[in-house]
Amino acid sequence: MSSAASINTPSFDIEAIRKDFPILAETMPGGKKLTFLDSAASAQKPQAVIDAMANVYGHEYANIHRGVYYLSQIATDHFEAARRKVQGFLGAAHDREIIFTRNATEAINLVAASWGRANLKEGDQVILSEMEHHANIVPWQLLREQTGIELVVAPIDDDGALIWEEFENCFTDRTKLVAMTHVSNALGTVTPIADIIRTAHDHGTLVLVDGSQAVPHIDVDVVALDADFYVFTGHKLYGPSGIGVLYGKEALLEAMPPYQGGGEMIATVTFEKTTYAELPHKFEAGTPNIVGAIGLGAAIDYLATIDRAAADAHEQALLAYTNEQLAGLNSVRIYGTAPQKVGLVSFAIDGAHPHDVGTILDHEGIAVRAGHHCAQPVMDRFGVPATTRASFGLHSDYDDVDTLVSGIKLVQEIFG
Amino acid sequence: MSDLRELYQEVILDHGKNPRNFGPLPEANREAHGHNPLCGDKIALHVVLDGDLVQDVKFEGAGCAISMASASLMTTILKGKTEAEARALFEQFHDLLTSNEEASLDQLEALDKLAVFSGVRDYPLRVKCATLGWHTLNAALDETGETVVTE
Repeated sequence: MSSAASINTPSFDIEAIRKDFPILAETMPGGKKLTFLDSAASAQKPQAVIDAMANVYGHEYANIHRGVYYLSQIATDHFEAARRKVQGFLGAAHDREIIFTRNATEAINLVAASWGRANLKEGDQVILSEMEHHANIVPWQLLREQTGIELVVAPIDDDGALIWEEFENCFTDRTKLVAMTHVSNALGTVTPIADIIRTAHDHGTLVLVDGSQAVPHIDVDVVALDADFYVFTGHKLYGPSGIGVLYGKEALLEAMPPYQGGGEMIATVTFEKTTYAELPHKFEAGTPNIVGAIGLGAAIDYLATIDRAAADAHEQALLAYTNEQLAGLNSVRIYGTAPQKVGLVSFAIDGAHPHDVGTILDHEGIAVRAGHHCAQPVMDRFGVPATTRASFGLHSDYDDVDTLVSGIKLVQEIFG
Repeated sequence: MSDLRELYQEVILDHGKNPRNFGPLPEANREAHGHNPLCGDKIALHVVLDGDLVQDVKFEGAGCAISMASASLMTTILKGKTEAEARALFEQFHDLLTSNEEASLDQLEALDKLAVFSGVRDYPLRVKCATLGWHTLNAALDETGETVVTE
């Protein structure tokens, strides 16, 4: 096995980055070093995010958009600054196009419930891909029950890539929306999202992009992409859980009815009539996740300190190394071999169920996801009940992969 | 590694790979389905109940080594037991997997070959795998007609 340190990509100081993540110093039961390969489920947090959040709670916390006092003002300032950081991160034209939600799931549900109910009627069609996360399937099924829309599924090939001709054939004169992932959480496939959006727009169809797995790996510019809606969750982007983002074009958001009613989203309320607040507050009913948004802003600031091109080169080299190492093992199959992938490998070991694999790897201090990855149609497509998934974060290195490979050998020894 | 071997004992690996009493049982008069949505384990249990005596039992399904071995060993131990004995055995088995204390020799003896699952106690996330077959048995005996879901 190649030694780890010597082949780490130059110009990318992986050791310095690893020091930014305090949890990597934790020891797992049995005295094992932590090998965290589950960033696609939820990323670990850099110290900068942890500090930013502790600082708000310790020194600058109050409810926002309400108090006339000092603390409320600075908490509001920090919260709105976080919104502008997200705006810059996505390349959006206005900060009022950035809606804070609980997560990507809530953002998609918001669009399905608000835009969907207002704009779709029986017989209208929404195109999804076969590799969507349940979060980009079930909200549309709920809408189907309410409105009688039809869902059209664009299939993927044996590599886990969208079949382009089939996708193009999905369009009819009743197509109203394409709801598509930017990166598959189960397979790692990067979809040709710019082409997808262009094609959809040629058909007069709007596009919602689920960017949860994309934003940690790929620079996104929603204006250049011309995305109509783009959603992501904060906790996969090294921010806290409980905060997510809906980007929507201003004209679309303006025309949409509120999603939830309550405080913050109103202008005036009487028992006869309520007028709604301006964007983005119209869609942010109730006290939001104040510190979560600020933590997400800190995560975006942290990412700005990292050379993304170098990080990407490191990730792709690590992915190639992982594929090579797994190919050298007998009876290990990789699911998701599309040419464009992020650092994520879904695999199966002959004769060992992913759940058993997960337990044995855990015993070695290795954290991976074992299961259907909330993407059961993908599992059905490949005829497996579940897979084991190793996914990389900024801090992932060759040692992590070498430890994984040793763990897989142990699985094979036990189940051999 | 040594405690991993305690979890994945040879008997478990053997029954996981070659489950006993696996297949349909057309003459069954009690049936139930079990499902663990987290990992996708699925079990169909077929029981021939004569009065309150378990005369025959077979299962079908797919899942991890722990769930398959547990269902397999369960079928080998149930035949000839009364309904009450079967339920009592599940309770003892459940205690073995979840109790904070090491099982006594008497308890282990009562559980007979099910004692090989004592290692599961150290892996709380896997208790539902080891009990899927047993929960499904309870459903079959109760005749609920619903799929048992362990999560």
